[in-house]
Amino acid sequence: MRKLFSLAAVLLLVAGTAHAQLTIEIIGGGANQIPVAVLPFVGETILPQSITEIVEQDLTRSARFRTIFVGGVNPLPSEIAQVSFADWKSRLADALVIGQAQRLPDGRFEVRFRLLDVPKQAQIGGVAYTLTAAQVRLTAHKIADFIYEKLTGERGVFSTRIAYVVKQGATYELRVADADGQNAQSILKSQEPIMSPAWSPEGTRMAYVSFQNKKPILFVQNLSASKQPAPVANYRGSNSAPAWAPDGKQLAAVLTRDGTSQIYLMNADGGNLRRLTTSSAIDTEPFFTPDGQSIYFTSDRGGSPQIYRMAASGGDPARVTFDGDYNVSPRVSPDGKTLAYISRISGRFQLMAMDLESRQVQALTDGLRDESPSFAPNGRIILYASDNDNRGVLAAVSSDGRFKQRLGIQAADIREPSWGPFMGN
Amino acid sequence: MKKAWLSVLALALIYGCASTPETKPAEPQAAPAQTPPAPPPSVGVKPLPPTAVQTDPLKDPNSGLGKRSVFYELDKYDVRDEYRPLLQAHGKYLAEHRGSKMLVQGNCDERGSREYNIALGQRRAEGVKRMLVLMGATDSQVEPVSLGEEKPRCSEHAEGCWSQNRRSDMLYGGEY
Repeated sequence: MRKLFSLAAVLLLVAGTAHAQLTIEIIGGGANQIPVAVLPFVGETILPQSITEIVEQDLTRSARFRTIFVGGVNPLPSEIAQVSFADWKSRLADALVIGQAQRLPDGRFEVRFRLLDVPKQAQIGGVAYTLTAAQVRLTAHKIADFIYEKLTGERGVFSTRIAYVVKQGATYELRVADADGQNAQSILKSQEPIMSPAWSPEGTRMAYVSFQNKKPILFVQNLSASKQPAPVANYRGSNSAPAWAPDGKQLAAVLTRDGTSQIYLMNADGGNLRRLTTSSAIDTEPFFTPDGQSIYFTSDRGGSPQIYRMAASGGDPARVTFDGDYNVSPRVSPDGKTLAYISRISGRFQLMAMDLESRQVQALTDGLRDESPSFAPNGRIILYASDNDNRGVLAAVSSDGRFKQRLGIQAADIREPSWGPFMGN
Repeated sequence: MKKAWLSVLALALIYGCASTPETKPAEPQAAPAQTPPAPPPSVGVKPLPPTAVQTDPLKDPNSGLGKRSVFYELDKYDVRDEYRPLLQAHGKYLAEHRGSKMLVQGNCDERGSREYNIALGQRRAEGVKRMLVLMGATDSQVEPVSLGEEKPRCSEHAEGCWSQNRRSDMLYGGEY
């Protein structure tokens, strides 16, 4: 099954930020999709864009829901007493979303909605939001998160953000966008390569590597700051592969100041530098476990690049991958149970998932050049870099491998995705 | 520099042409009329080979220093034997020119992890540096850095390009 789901048309109407748009293509479908009907909110035409359209798109894109056709309902209900449950039962909807939008005297808007259980003919929950015109998208994503959580029991990621690097011509740009790829903002533009963006755990800072001084140098930038700060690591040789400790105070990174690429720990400002690995081999790509106790990393100490695990304070590492001669880019799922990584199999670079308890490995993709996996904060989706007709695109796969999405920008290479954390409400 | 040299030559030629017609009235004092069209010596001397430039061994294709790149097999960072004479020549030059600095940039092809490729490129550059130091350079003269797969010389997605991109480049101070 292959559905094409393009946001481009919607965006032509919205015409928000002037950036090239990400379009999303969904391949395959999830099992046991929950049938949901999202009715247009009464009075929502006063908003600069349709809030229920965004909610519907979010739910569809997650592949956990099937949205039911809602045409021909007149008048639209905004309260539970106005709902004809028999009608929605016959349309095979399990859940129904109704709501209304109003303009407040101060020029802001109020949007209230209710999520209803159709078989039980009861309200599951409801929220009222006060918002400005600029917050319609964010509010829609929050409504979708609410619905997702109530109906699946897991936290939604629609209101989280992603970071990625775009190469267009000779220009590199680090961007942050909504999880659906919209509302992109530029964090840094450079004529030299940018790579390895990594969100701080609280989502307000970004670590990245820039080649602006003709070699890799490590920066940590406050996302609200408009200026690039001083580098946190600019030692002899190369400075790369930043990874945040879960406490947000420390950063692991790879330096060559003492010889080959080795893993070091430093404060977020670069101070208090400590060396963690002491091999004569390549040690790189550190990634903390969610409890902060261990670090997974890539090393060629055994003759080929493989994944190892060590204590976050350093010490003897244990080898984790054994199959094949190229296993790199370890990323641990937010629940600590799954290791996603890239494996070279017959010349193809594929995304793999290892159950850390049973050590069972599953190939999640069959791409040619899949790279840089990044878990969504709820662990359900893995975003990664892929290619399509030799152009860099972002792709996402559900952590069970069942459905995939591709996100691309026309005439640009897009790469190095990093999914941001849950943000406080 | 090569261009500058050529333009000097060109000037000399132009001057020479302009002065070739022997229409100059013979100067009475010049007794031996053996060298009639000789241009004024001050101008004629100037275009003489600016020796410093022409004999700069870094620019001289015959000095063994004109080549600056070492290429690698997939996943590998060892310097193959065929590059020994090249590194020997550069090591010797650095030993004889202690004021010279060199940046060695390690590169990788586009396949695999970008971050691992930074480390692999660094390893390639380090291997070149190690050999240069063995050949007489000092540790502080040579800085190995990595460009990973970020600065490909060749951009097609095939082995023909990939083998060009698995490379270390030696750049002297002023060249980067």
